[in-house]
Amino acid sequence: MLNQYETVFIMTPVLSDDQMKETVAKYRKFLVDKGAEIVYEENWGLRKLAYPIQKKSTGFYHLFEFKHNGDVIRDIEIAFKRDERIMRFLTVVLDKHAIAYNEKKRREKNVQPEKIENNSIEEKFKQIID
Amino acid sequence: MATNDNGEIRYLAPIAVDTKKKKYCRFKKSGIKYIDYKDSEFLLKFVNEQGKILPRRITGTSLKYQRKVAQAIKRARHLALLPYVADLLK
Repeated sequence: MLNQYETVFIMTPVLSDDQMKETVAKYRKFLVDKGAEIVYEENWGLRKLAYPIQKKSTGFYHLFEFKHNGDVIRDIEIAFKRDERIMRFLTVVLDKHAIAYNEKKRREKNVQPEKIENNSIEEKFKQIID
Repeated sequence: MATNDNGEIRYLAPIAVDTKKKKYCRFKKSGIKYIDYKDSEFLLKFVNEQGKILPRRITGTSLKYQRKVAQAIKRARHLALLPYVADLLK
């Protein structure tokens, strides 16, 4: 049974942009190598933390959404624990409502530019009519 | 207080009628099925100034969704999206 999971992790702000991207790429490869299908990923960039973690007040957030039977979770969490660049991580299973919610959110994100296009199309129509 | 001919009780002063708004569960009302732990702005509505989770008695959330709200807030706290303890959060 394939479950859909969502992992968010926080990397230390000490990393340079390239190092951060490299870390993300490492875990993306890790997931793909283990046979996970990555549905979505999102980089939130450098964000302020609500409270200090390891005496740092900011961190790079990154999110992976992937499908897997679940064996990979243990492995990736061990990898996160061993990696000192990762300050925090959280993996959750997504139920059907969560999947629907995430898809809707993504669609809304993508729809916005389309709306503008629609408006421009309407304007063109008006021009044609005029 | 006096009784009139019909035997009904009549009050000299009008009784204070409670016109409190009925509380309702906003999740049930608006059909929200999933509470996102990543949306810290939304979760802020369910914590007080100290960052404590507000009781159902105040927010009116149904039990089913209160559990989900609590779960989401705890996840958000773990990811430092919400504080565990705070002063004057709002």
